[in-house]
This record gives sequence, C-alpha cells and structure tokens, in this order.
Amino acid sequence: MEKRYETVFILTPVLSDDQTKETAKKFKKTIIDLGGKIVNEENWGLKKLAYPIQKKTTGFYYLIEFSGEGQEIVNNLEITYKRDERILRFLTVALDKHASAYADKRKGLVAEAKTKKKETASS
Amino acid sequence: MSSPKDIRYLNPPTAEIKKKKYCRFQKSGIKYIDYKDPDFLLKFVNEQGKLLPRRLTGTSLKFQRKVAQAVKRARHLSLMPYVADLMK
Repeated sequence: MEKRYETVFILTPVLSDDQTKETAKKFKKTIIDLGGKIVNEENWGLKKLAYPIQKKTTGFYYLIEFSGEGQEIVNNLEITYKRDERILRFLTVALDKHASAYADKRKGLVAEAKTKKKETASS
Repeated sequence: MSSPKDIRYLNPPTAEIKKKKYCRFQKSGIKYIDYKDPDFLLKFVNEQGKLLPRRLTGTSLKFQRKVAQAVKRARHLSLMPYVADLMK
C-alpha cells in the first residue's frame, strides 16, 4: 500500500542561495528516482537552531512531503542524507490519516499566507 | 440538631471548589499534534524545557503520548531545546 511521508532536513548556513536550492533539488530528484511522488514542499528559510549542531547556530530548513511504497525508499533516502555533509539533521515520519488531513490543511494555509503576503507587497 | 447548613463561619471558608481539568485536545477536536509548531508545544513544557505531567496540564493519556512524541521530534530538529533555563 502506498504511504505518505514527510521529511524535514536542515542544511548548513554556509551555503549560498543557489547551493541550497541545488541541494533541495538533489533530494527531490533522489525521492523521484527511488519511486516516490512529491506531494508538497516548503522552504522555511534560514532559522535559528534551539541548540548548536556541529558548532552552527543557524540552518536552512526544508520540508518535502512525498508518497511512496515500501520501507526501501525511506531507508535509501536516509542513507543519502547521511552521505551528504551539507545536511546537519533530518527527520522522516510516516503520516497517518489524521496527520495527512493536517498536512492537507496546512498546505492550504501556507498557500493562503503566501498569496496574502504577495497582495500586501503589491498594494 | 446542627446540620452543616447551621454552621456559621466568622471568615468565609478559604477552600475553593476545584475547577475540573479537561483535555484540550478532546475538547477542541484536535486529532494530530504537529511537531513543526514549537510555539504551541511550549504550553506542554516547563521553563527548563521538560515535559509537564498530565496532572498539571489535564491532557488525556492518549494525547499526552502524542504530545511527548511531538516534543521529542521538535527537539531532534532543533526547534526546541533539550535543556534550557528560562525558556519562557
């Protein structure tokens, strides 16, 4: 059965904007290559960490929601995370039905906030 | 003879009626607790960043487990501290 997953990773703050985009693209490609389908993605931008990781106090947060079949996809994705030294932390969770409902709602809210921001910026 | 109604106090008794605690998740119908929202999870930890017991927050067992899971995930992603002093 196909399951929905959500993965968040933290990138090192030393990267430039282009490099973060490139890294995010790389992981999206990894998911697709492993047979997953990307449902949603969110870029939280540079955030302050609650405690230092590898002596860094900030990090780029990135969230990808995807659906896929079998445990293999998550295992392989996490191996790629471990091999990439630009990744400070990662977390992958499977979404149950309540979590999926919440994620769908959140997607709507985030989109709404974005359009509102644009409106206020343009007006 | 003297029923409880007849007893008169010089000062009104200080013991107040205890307010019944309730589980905020069951009351408001929240089914999933998001680990990505540290501001919300802040309600369930003390100043040191430790989880508050159920007896203080009134959360039901089912949701206390979910709160604990969410807080632990938030800590892993460095959204919340493992240890802190004066978080609030």
